Order: sequence, then C-alpha cells, then structure tokens
Amino acid sequence: MTAPTATGRGTAAAPGAGEPAAGRERAPRAPGPGRIALLTSGLVAALVAVALVSAATGAYAIPLGDVVGSVLHRAHLGGEPLDRVGESVLWDARLPRVVLAVLVGAALGCAGALMQGVFGNPLAEPGVIGISSGAAVGAVAAIAFGLDFLGNWTITVFAFVAGLGTVMLVYVLSRSDGRTEVVTLILTGIAVNAFAGALIGLCVFFADNAQISGITFWQLGSLAQATWPKVLAVLPCAGIGLLVAPWFARRLDLLALGERPARHLGVDVERLRVVLILVTALLTASAVAMAGIITFVGLLVPHLLRMVAGPGHRFLLPGSALGGALVLVSADLVARTAAQPAELPLGVLTALIGSPFFFWLLRRTRRRQGGWA
Amino acid sequence: MIRFRTRVAEPPRGPEAGAELAGAAGLAVRLGGRTVLSGIDLAVRAGEVLTLVGPNGAGKSTLLAALAADVAPAEGRLLVDGRPAGEWTPRELAFRRAVLPQAATVSFPFTVAEVVAMGRAPWAGTRREDEDEARVAEAMAATEVAEFADRPFGALSGGERARVALARVLAQHTALLLLDEPTAALDLRHQEQVMRVCREWAEAGRGVVVVLHDLGLAAAWADRVAVLRGGRLAAVGTPEEVFTEGLLGEVYGHRVRVLTDPETGAPLIVPHRPGRGGAAGADG
Repeated sequence: MTAPTATGRGTAAAPGAGEPAAGRERAPRAPGPGRIALLTSGLVAALVAVALVSAATGAYAIPLGDVVGSVLHRAHLGGEPLDRVGESVLWDARLPRVVLAVLVGAALGCAGALMQGVFGNPLAEPGVIGISSGAAVGAVAAIAFGLDFLGNWTITVFAFVAGLGTVMLVYVLSRSDGRTEVVTLILTGIAVNAFAGALIGLCVFFADNAQISGITFWQLGSLAQATWPKVLAVLPCAGIGLLVAPWFARRLDLLALGERPARHLGVDVERLRVVLILVTALLTASAVAMAGIITFVGLLVPHLLRMVAGPGHRFLLPGSALGGALVLVSADLVARTAAQPAELPLGVLTALIGSPFFFWLLRRTRRRQGGWA
Repeated sequence: MIRFRTRVAEPPRGPEAGAELAGAAGLAVRLGGRTVLSGIDLAVRAGEVLTLVGPNGAGKSTLLAALAADVAPAEGRLLVDGRPAGEWTPRELAFRRAVLPQAATVSFPFTVAEVVAMGRAPWAGTRREDEDEARVAEAMAATEVAEFADRPFGALSGGERARVALARVLAQHTALLLLDEPTAALDLRHQEQVMRVCREWAEAGRGVVVVLHDLGLAAAWADRVAVLRGGRLAAVGTPEEVFTEGLLGEVYGHRVRVLTDPETGAPLIVPHRPGRGGAAGADG
C-alpha cells in the first residue's frame, strides 16, 4: 500500500478542501445514475417485448401487430379489434396469464431482494428457506378441506397467514446474536420445507380426487388457471407490497452493516424488521396463492442485478421486481410452448434453471467465507 | 421519492466546552442474568479523550455499549445529552453519538465510498444534509481510505476495513464518539494516526471515548483514563495519576514498570518479562 504524503494532521481543521477528487475521478465499479437508468429502461423494454410475444404465441397464433392493435383498441387509442375467436383467446386466456406472470414474478423478485436485505444474507429466498411451502400449506389446506368462506380471497388469505407464520418461525429459529449464519438459515429451510411437505401430504391424504389435482397444481407451480378475477384477487396484496418496499431502501442499506450499527445510525431496527417481514409475507403469499410454489426467481434475479448495478437497495428493490416479472413471463412462455400441446409445470422449469445456480452461489459463498464453521 | 422534513430534536451545533455529553450514575448492567457492570459513575465531557482500559472481560465494551444506549441499565441511570437514554428515539441518539463496533462487517458488496456515506444517514432530510459530501470527504481523508473508495468493502484487509469503519463513524459527525478498539487491527503508523484524529476531534470541542488495550497509546493520547476491573471502576484520572506500578500490577495481575517518555513526558508501561533480562539488568 502506498502511503499518501498527507498525514491526518490538519485534515479535521480543513474540511474537504482538496481530497474528494481522489475518490471521484476514476470509478470503474460504482455504477452511475446513467447505468442504472439504462438498465431500468432495458428491463422495461424487454418486459414489454416478451409480454407481447407471449400474448401472440400459442396454439392459436395471433400476429404481433394484431395483438398491439387489439390492446390499443381496448385502451381507446385507435387500433382494431380481432375476430371473435382471436379476441377471446387474447383477452380471456393469454393476457390474464401474462399479467398474472408479471405480478407473480415481480412479487417473487422483490420478496427475494427484501428478504436478503432483512437477513443480511444473499442466500435467503422465499423458496429456499421454506416460506413458499409454508404459504402453500395454507393454500392446500384451504383446497383440501373445501373452505371458501372468504370467497375468491379464501386461498389468498390462508396462504398469507401460513406464509407469515412461516417467515416468523424461520426468522426466530435461524437468528442468534443478531446475525443469521448461512448454515443455520439453510438448515432451518430444510426443516421447514420437510415439515410443510408433511402437512401438504396430510392434506392430500384427506382430499378427494378432484381436490388432489388442484393440490398438485400448487406443488408444481403453474399459471395455467389464470383468469381476470384471480388477477384482481392478487393485485392488492402484490401491489401494496411492491409500492411499499422501495420506501425502506435506505434503511435496508444500513442493515447491511449489522443490527447494532444500523441502530447507531438511527434505524429503529426492531420495527423495521417486523414491517419488512410482513411485506415479504404479503408478496410471497400473494404469489404462492396464485401460482403455487415457484422457486429461485427471488434468488437469481436480485443476485444478477447486484452484480451489474451494485447492492444499493434503492435500485435493487424495484429492479428485482422488474427482473422477476421478465424472468417469469419468459419462463411461462417457454413452459407453454416447449412441449406443445402439453404444458411444462412452471415451478419445475424455474427449479431446473435455478438449482444449478443456487449450487454455484453456495460454493462461492463458502469459498469467500473459507468454510461454514 | 418524497422527503420528509424531520421533526425530531436535532442537537444544537457544537456543545459548550466541558459540557457533559453522556454520563453514568450508579450504573449497573446485567447481561444474561450476570452482573457485568456495577456502581459505575463516569461522565464524558466535551473536549476530552477518555480511554477505557482493563483486562479482558473487565466490562470495557459493555460500558461503551451502555454509553451508546445499546443496553439498558439494570440500576442507576444513563444520561445522553442531559436526558435519560431511553427517552431518545434511535434517530435522536444518532444525531448525538456515533459508535465504532469492535469488528466491522458488511453483508453485501457495498463500496468503501458507499459505506462511509452511510454514516450520513441520520442527517437525511435535515438542514445538515447539505454537508454530506464535505463530511464524507473529510472523514475519508482523515483515515486515508480515499485511495480505495471504489473497492468493495469485503475485498479489503482487516486494517483497511477498520479504517473504513472509522471513516463512517467520523462522517456521522456527532458531538460524542464511542470507539471500541479502533487501533486493534492497525499498524503502528495508522494507530498513531487514529489517536491523533481522536485528539483533534476532542480539541474541536467533541468528546471521544476509546476502548484500548495498548496502555502506551492510552498514556500518550488520553486526557483521562478509566481503569476497569471485574465490572467496576478501579480508577479514573489522568494517565499520570492512574498509570502507577501498584495499580496496574494489581489490576492486570502482572508486574509492570512505569517509565517516563523522555520526549513527551508521558508514562511508558513496560511489562515484567522474567528470563528476558538484558545487559542493563534493570530487572531485579
């Protein structure tokens, strides 16, 4: 290390006279606002493009231009409607599915980024640590016991309550001395996943055949049953979560220093934790209630964005929502079209891609820490 | 994003010389059912460097945590800026004191510049937000971390991390600094530099509390030294008053000799090293 000639002497007396330029001039790593704006607009453009392609593609092909025309027509911005069949395919089947994919993907991506911030751990993800299966237990129980006293909302509410309970359980079990160690977190996830699996199995045991096919849907994860009422049922939960999350960006940055230092910087850590856990549960549960268990989106997306744009949560939270939506719309397009006329389960597909990535991330984290012990 | 103007109580600029920034009276702290501190009467005043020394487990870090309002008193009381610590919100405390933890970690690959800028977080939305850039630059210059401003914190060596953590604390720019072993990971030059920064901050009218293991550093740079033993204050006073062969030998359970630095006049503490007697034969 080359020592600069200036000693500490007199620096306190002459605040910031000449020094700051040294740190500013060359900034190869720190992403500037230009890069973030570019990344954001790139993500938005890609999302719109994939969404349109997804709406156009399928057993009944609709030319891309006609999709745009029909959307413009309904928005009263010109354009032309399709014929009766085309209009029905587009508006009753394809678009609700695309919109649901956007909402679920955004919720999962954002929940992953939030959870990693709260736990101060890049391996935290709703699926990995068992929150998704916890929420699925609620949803599956609601199906298996034929509960519908809350109408369209029953499954969402059950998924939310079960998801919330699971988040709190995992949080309490995996923390010691204000820290969450990787091993403890992953092992807690294994235990919670196993327990949730057993509860789901129990529900299957009590369910009849029709209910079992509904339950299988949760376990594999799918957007095949998308309808507008379902979109409307998930919209408030996911929407509130997505809007509220960026509010906590700066405080989440501070939490990266640890709980005590964050408190020393004026963060009411206990309250922040409780609020963020609620938001995470809201996002995860709304995703699970609509699409079943879809893992690894919340792990993959924030991680890639952190590599490109740095770990600051002010971009990471909305960016992960955008990225999650992009990944899920793309994945759903592949799931629908890769094995036509059959449909691949979406959750299986994301797990196929996500698991090797998770494995790589584990290896890397281990190498950096020099072992788990 | 919308910014709220805060309505929390900001401290007035620059405390008066000698004003009590934090004070413990009859303070006792229990952690996990064990009494870690008891009967502590100690005030930190504006304009002084106060060091806390003592053997391992004597309660130095706990006392620092108590002064930082991290742990609630089991008995007695703790005042920060004239009010019981529990009556301030975390934000109001952050306006008044900055704390350097013993080991600094950062969970995600934030750059050095970002970590130091986090020290400005309490001031967001207040009048002093305008000072952010100047304070960050000043803190980075004082700790000589500007040259690796763009590197991720996790890629730094232990000593570099310690200096960045200190820069973050300096950037917070509060009237009271509480530093837990800021010199432990540093080389000789940077140890001296950190203590000189502490001195300068004290001379600018702030209060600095430093936990130290190196008695020589404490003797050379502190205005007052508080010696802890078994959770109690064994002595408080100037280095010359406190660093006596009798007291130190008793507190540490090891014989020492106290010499005088011919250059500065500060006490020099040399541990008794049996079997290492040199030609001078000072031993014995």
